[in-house]
Amino acid sequence: MDFSYTEVQQMLQDSVKKFVVKNYDFDTRSKIIDSDSGYSEENWKLFAELGWLTVPFSEEDGGLGGSAVDLMVMMEEFGKANLVEPYLPSVVLSGCLISELATGEVKGEILEKLVGGDLQLAFAAAESGSRFNSAKVATTAESNGNNVVINGKKIAVLNGSNADELLVVARESGGESDADGISIFLVNPSTPGITIRPFTNIDGQKSSEIDFNEVTVASSTRLGEKGNALAAIERVTDKAIVGISAEAVGVLETLLQKTVEYSKTRKQFGTVIGTFQALQHRMADMFIECQLARSIVVMAAMKLDSSSGQREKTKAVSAAKSRVGKAIRKVSQEAVQIHGGIGVTNELDVGHYFKRATALEIMFGNTDYHVERFASL
Amino acid sequence: MKAEFTAEELDFQNEVKTFLNDAFPAEYREKVDANVRLSKDELVNWQKILFKKGWAAPSWPKEYGGTGWSQVQKYIFATEMGLIGAPEPIPFGMKMVAPIIMAYGTDEQKARFLPDILESNVWWCQGYSEPNSGSDLASLKTSAVRDGDHYIVNGAKTWNTYGQYADWIFCLVRTDTTAKKQEGISFLLIDMHSPGISLKPIVLIDGHPEVNEVFFDDVRVPVENLIGEENKGWTYAKVLLTHERTGISGVPRGKKRLSSLKRIASETDDGFGSSMMENDAFKNKIASLEIDLEAIEYAELRTLASVSAGKAPGPESSILKIVGTELAQRIDEAFVELAAYHCLPFVPDQFEDGFQGDYISPGNSASAALTYFNNRKATIYGGSNEIQRNIICKAVLGL
Repeated sequence: MDFSYTEVQQMLQDSVKKFVVKNYDFDTRSKIIDSDSGYSEENWKLFAELGWLTVPFSEEDGGLGGSAVDLMVMMEEFGKANLVEPYLPSVVLSGCLISELATGEVKGEILEKLVGGDLQLAFAAAESGSRFNSAKVATTAESNGNNVVINGKKIAVLNGSNADELLVVARESGGESDADGISIFLVNPSTPGITIRPFTNIDGQKSSEIDFNEVTVASSTRLGEKGNALAAIERVTDKAIVGISAEAVGVLETLLQKTVEYSKTRKQFGTVIGTFQALQHRMADMFIECQLARSIVVMAAMKLDSSSGQREKTKAVSAAKSRVGKAIRKVSQEAVQIHGGIGVTNELDVGHYFKRATALEIMFGNTDYHVERFASL
Repeated sequence: MKAEFTAEELDFQNEVKTFLNDAFPAEYREKVDANVRLSKDELVNWQKILFKKGWAAPSWPKEYGGTGWSQVQKYIFATEMGLIGAPEPIPFGMKMVAPIIMAYGTDEQKARFLPDILESNVWWCQGYSEPNSGSDLASLKTSAVRDGDHYIVNGAKTWNTYGQYADWIFCLVRTDTTAKKQEGISFLLIDMHSPGISLKPIVLIDGHPEVNEVFFDDVRVPVENLIGEENKGWTYAKVLLTHERTGISGVPRGKKRLSSLKRIASETDDGFGSSMMENDAFKNKIASLEIDLEAIEYAELRTLASVSAGKAPGPESSILKIVGTELAQRIDEAFVELAAYHCLPFVPDQFEDGFQGDYISPGNSASAALTYFNNRKATIYGGSNEIQRNIICKAVLGL
């Protein structure tokens, strides 16, 4: 048994750490969030140069290998930096779907641009009524000669307003929750009939609501076979869940570390508050939660990389997301509480990690959802 | 043992219900229901409506313009206010400084300050916490040095709620630096328009500049603004802190929020063809919130009965503060769970008065995370829940 990182993983981790120390302090991050695009193009180029954009892809697709453990190692460091660059929507979600579903020249061209840092993508999947069920798709795509006409409303489209291309999930046949009949189309956001309402999320990430009103695109923009995209969507979402769960581990460990440091310097009643046992035990519990969260994410990442069956993999992912969700509540709330008033202000980074943690708990299904999913498998 | 109201109390309850239904402006009610913040003018206007009815100050004695209500009547009034979502009086004047002025102020101070508080003509704010004095309030350092007929005040206060609206601030200041820390503190009323006072807004993580740092730079305060005796301020403040802790359980507001939680749950798709109200985990969560709320309600009623029988509110207020705030935070979490993706957009402007832009997320679902974030403060302010637990250990358990 050996849980140590490979040389490549170690280098990956070091390279993110080095970048963060040099380029990503709290003020820099705040300025990036306030910019129009909400991310730094300069950073994005650098990510490409450092090879980070190749991490989720197989070697034959020009990637690092596509292992979930590699992704975990890197995204944990993203969490520690509270990074807002659109890695998840552009590279993990959209990139992996392209890699799974696209073929031939289209695939090669897109992935080349993507890993080169020359392309931004967004995955338009969630809808008001879908909650966390990927199979529930009310957006429709109706064939019309060589075209399809898309109608529907998407929510929570991360990076939607920056994307050069949108991956739009739409239903071509079947009832609203049928597994069959779901396709993904690669749609240019300037196509007539598309309305994008951009906004910033609670965690500083750019997101949007997108309406599709009689949007006509060529049938050839469909990625993969007609009506057969759900399995790929679920596989990619599971990988993304491992990624953001690792990110959450990074966020929580940072909150723990900041809280412990603060308790060693903040004086009340003539002594540092870290000497109060009532607080010490709570910080010990925060530490335990971080350890459990890290452990279960390692389990899920290894499972995804293994030859286990799909059911086992999905179960591992739900186990990780739900257990990490519990840790998020405990650790992030205690971090704020132990910091006191300063913890609920915009001035201190702690509040921003707290908000990121809150968003991560919701994304791709919250704790209750994944407990239920685990139980149902 | 009985928990029912008497016939007279039931009549009173009906009177309150009827009045509030008519008098609380529909426009304000819509805003409260949509989680839109009421403006300063609206809050003041509502207070003035209550004042006209003679109900502005339920907690004040009759001689100062209070209602002269029994404990049960006060409870009924607060409950009905909470159930329709009418804002409570801004606490700083009515519930915090006024009782101190009544108890320790001179006749002149009472005549000068109390009527304007009752009529909501002036807005008060609190100057207690300092950057280095939070839970350990008695370590405060803002100084007031006597210079003829004035005190010269220097220092900084923080977590000052709505100081941007305030005309006056009541402060704890250090008048003796040689005494034991609790013994050198005085209670001073300061005109916020005095030269030398400046405000720096502190934006909270929900995006709202609700609190401020207040800086005092050689601010001259007439000595007649001192309450009671010099260096006795800590004793007065301790009484005030107990006042701050009563009525903090928030049961009526909790009930109102639970009923809206249920309504929204029944309208929210679970993604599998049912509503979230039919989702077992969520249904059980709501049930357990309801059960805890009931326990708190009866804890509060028992406290009420004992106060009605003439006993001073003791550590019970600490229990109610702890359980009330922690339950409110669990309700916040349930709203976040229900809203899911809809509460990820950070759009605080949508919940400000007069917002004109495109609305993101349906209904007021985008406010769920904002409320969750903002309300983390509830277990920190008013004597943090850690301090409340210390009080219970010391005062009840004898530890």
